[in-house]
Amino acid sequence: MANLPTGKPPGKDQSGLRYPSNGKTIYHRPLNRTKTAELSQASFAYLFSEMISYAQRRVTGIQDLEQRLNVQGHPLGLKLLDLLLIREPPRTQTRPLNIIALLHLIKINLWTHLFGRQADRLEKSSNPETPDEYMIVDNEPLVNAYISVPKEMSQLNCAAYVAGIIEGVCDGAGFPARVTAHSVGLQEGGGGDGGMWPGKTVFLVKFEAAVLEREALIGGKG
Amino acid sequence: MSYYFAIIGTQDNPLFEYEFGTSKQGGDGQPRFNEQARHMNQFVVHSSLDIVEEVQWTKGDMYLKVVDKFFNNYISCFATAGNVKFLLLHQPPAATAAPSTSRSSTSIGANPTSPQTEEAIKSFFNEVYENYVKAIMSPFYKVNMEIRSPYFRQRVAAAGKKYL
Repeated sequence: MANLPTGKPPGKDQSGLRYPSNGKTIYHRPLNRTKTAELSQASFAYLFSEMISYAQRRVTGIQDLEQRLNVQGHPLGLKLLDLLLIREPPRTQTRPLNIIALLHLIKINLWTHLFGRQADRLEKSSNPETPDEYMIVDNEPLVNAYISVPKEMSQLNCAAYVAGIIEGVCDGAGFPARVTAHSVGLQEGGGGDGGMWPGKTVFLVKFEAAVLEREALIGGKG
Repeated sequence: MSYYFAIIGTQDNPLFEYEFGTSKQGGDGQPRFNEQARHMNQFVVHSSLDIVEEVQWTKGDMYLKVVDKFFNNYISCFATAGNVKFLLLHQPPAATAAPSTSRSSTSIGANPTSPQTEEAIKSFFNEVYENYVKAIMSPFYKVNMEIRSPYFRQRVAAAGKKYL
């Protein structure tokens, strides 16, 4: 009790709660950060490699490993959604109501926040059988910058973590989706940018049927 | 004017609730709910969730204004980006109350749908939202967890005192 600040909150249960000695809590910190606040990429790469080896323990296969990375990213997306919107100027502080608005938020705001640039392309699946699939293309994912995937695991793309973040944003906004990361750089082979961007990654966003149903309803009204 | 404020998670689960009264026009900040009807507040607030779910897809604004009315109870809503809802039940003092406490029609207390009231509630919600985002920034907070922080409660109380 000795180190309780004088202005302690009027909480009844003080059982397990510890108060910071300087009286500053998370509520005292501003939500807006300065534009130049950037993190060291080296330390991120180090942390990320540890996260991958952590996820790699006791996995049954590559799918399982990607699933674990996805799960690690998911809560981050849920939180970033609220953070990114509160940092918007009040006039544009609106919840995304349709898929396009949501994907734009991801392509522009989320990408700029995480990687300091926008995603390279946004595409809708041209296959008429899968109108629920959208693709976010990143030519050179920052998370994969220092990762060389061994030959026997060529299916693996560690950007599954970023896919998890995207999935978190979609789920949070009320657009439940399944997001997976796929490497396409090497498959395209002869194709123009395929050769230029060997690390090219496509994030495949597959929305649930209910989302499209609602989209059609809202679109009809508007 | 008495207020009942609740934060409802994405699974329609309550995360936080707080009851307070007006601090404007010499109010003492104490809620004056009818003791017999007080337990109904939670029902009234939760029953408005259906309407919120309809309204929230018609406009992208977070502040949805008054969404529901149940007798003398008005319910204002604020939907966050993460689909968590802030609901504020406001109950103007009953018209049969002693006339000495009646207020001018432009005051926040008397007219729950006036632009002034809407503006005040909007400011209240915005301040709570800022603190809510700070609360969820905690790495130990997972979505739909109850918010227990006494600091958060203190800040909501301060916002209520400031605007309502």
